Amino acid sequence: MTSTFVIDQLKRNKINDLLEKGQRYDGRRFDEPRPLVIETGVIPKADGSARVRLGDTEVVTGIKIQPDRPFPDMGDKGIFICTAEILPLAHPTAEPGPPGEDVIELARVVDRGIRESGMVDLSQLVLEKDKTVIGIFADNSVTDHDGNLFDACSCASTAAILTCKIPKWEMINDKPTLVEGQKSDPPITTIPVAVTMARIGDYILVDPNADEWACMDARITITTNSNGNICALQKGGDDGFTPEQIIQCSEIAISVGAKIRQKIEQLRQGR
Amino acid sequence: MGGRDSDLVLLDENGIRCDGRKVDETRNISIKAGVLKNANGSAYIEFGDNKILAGVFGPRDVHPKHMSDTDTGIIRCRYHMSPFSVTERKNPAPSRREIEIGKVIKEALRPAVMLEKFPRTAVDVYVEVLQADGGTRCAALDAASVALADAGIPMRDMVSACAAGKVADTIILDVNNEEDQAGQADMPIGYMPNLGKVTLLQLDGVLTPAEFKKCLETGIEGCKQVYEIQKQALKDKFFANGEQ
Repeated sequence: MTSTFVIDQLKRNKINDLLEKGQRYDGRRFDEPRPLVIETGVIPKADGSARVRLGDTEVVTGIKIQPDRPFPDMGDKGIFICTAEILPLAHPTAEPGPPGEDVIELARVVDRGIRESGMVDLSQLVLEKDKTVIGIFADNSVTDHDGNLFDACSCASTAAILTCKIPKWEMINDKPTLVEGQKSDPPITTIPVAVTMARIGDYILVDPNADEWACMDARITITTNSNGNICALQKGGDDGFTPEQIIQCSEIAISVGAKIRQKIEQLRQGR
Repeated sequence: MGGRDSDLVLLDENGIRCDGRKVDETRNISIKAGVLKNANGSAYIEFGDNKILAGVFGPRDVHPKHMSDTDTGIIRCRYHMSPFSVTERKNPAPSRREIEIGKVIKEALRPAVMLEKFPRTAVDVYVEVLQADGGTRCAALDAASVALADAGIPMRDMVSACAAGKVADTIILDVNNEEDQAGQADMPIGYMPNLGKVTLLQLDGVLTPAEFKKCLETGIEGCKQVYEIQKQALKDKFFANGEQ
């Protein structure tokens, strides 16, 4: 469960008192995300992979690439599917079983950010129009949960896709057949970065940790692309934002996102 | 996104859209409150070709019991599309999309409803999309909000919803199905018009910061128009025969 942390009333009061003094409980600035560590290629059997640590939140993401049928109305495009699971070892409240609405939202927000940015040019992943296309599956496994899974999973998925290798298939007798030993880089057009912010009272906090997540009034996740444009957005939580706060959040997402993007860009150079 | 149906002219040289609307015009909207006998509150909305029913039960006992909260009431929402609501039959089992939409509608209504007055209870909002034509989550939220008011549940404000978006590089109000499929961006907005708070906000598609701001402003104007129709629906039900 991502939104049902229970924390002590004392801690809650402390977090609120500190915010009034312009401070966060863990000492960060309001617009400062937690330290981000990205490793790629951590699962050699996957076609691409990444382990991302955002503070004490950790995600392992693997990319699997395989031929599949296209979506009915999009026969001229490859498919991209993103899933997420909070593993039971990630948090005492996480239980095995079918995904709840929080996890479904998580997967769909991560999926939407990458899809709507057009990060991967899916039109280059067609083997036979309307029949067989290449599918990219990004599966996010949350291994340690300290809040803000949105940004951690988005970053891990993006890093894993960026550094994946696409195997080559040829259509032989109407069946996709793997061509051994030939792999190519994915057709990347832009690098999406999701930035999640929590609103506690009138304060906007970038990358809320689990304690802040438990106290927040509402949250917003904004994904930006390499041009600094906004390509996906999701508001969540039990309260709203004023239009002014939303504009403020979009400006923060663009500036904070640009710094995170630089870090992801370096992966491509080191590939 | 974008450009799949290349024959369709989304915006002609006179600024008229594929269904004859101007850029800042909503589809025809009609709302009727109190349409179901058994539900505590209900509403039916026709939003263009969308046809959606909303029914509200509660505040009532919470089942399963462990979901109940001793400090406040809870709100739950199921958004469901009938199998016959779309061109290709939809599998009646709830999809991931429907579960997500149920969640965002619930979170959009939550700030408007004074649940703290009803600890240990639940308010259940059931939304059934009988026919879908783009923008169902906004229309569903509009109907759900009227149904909550119809149920007499104390509220701080209505929640009014309308989408804004971008087609042919132009910001438009109330994105229909064709515009959603072939357009460049779709941004559903839920707004509490008296409190000035956005409680539902999503975006698919690319917008520059300037376009984003314009899109938000355009959508909020649409929400204000919807609000008048919601109020009228409630007035029509409660004051129709001169009763006060």
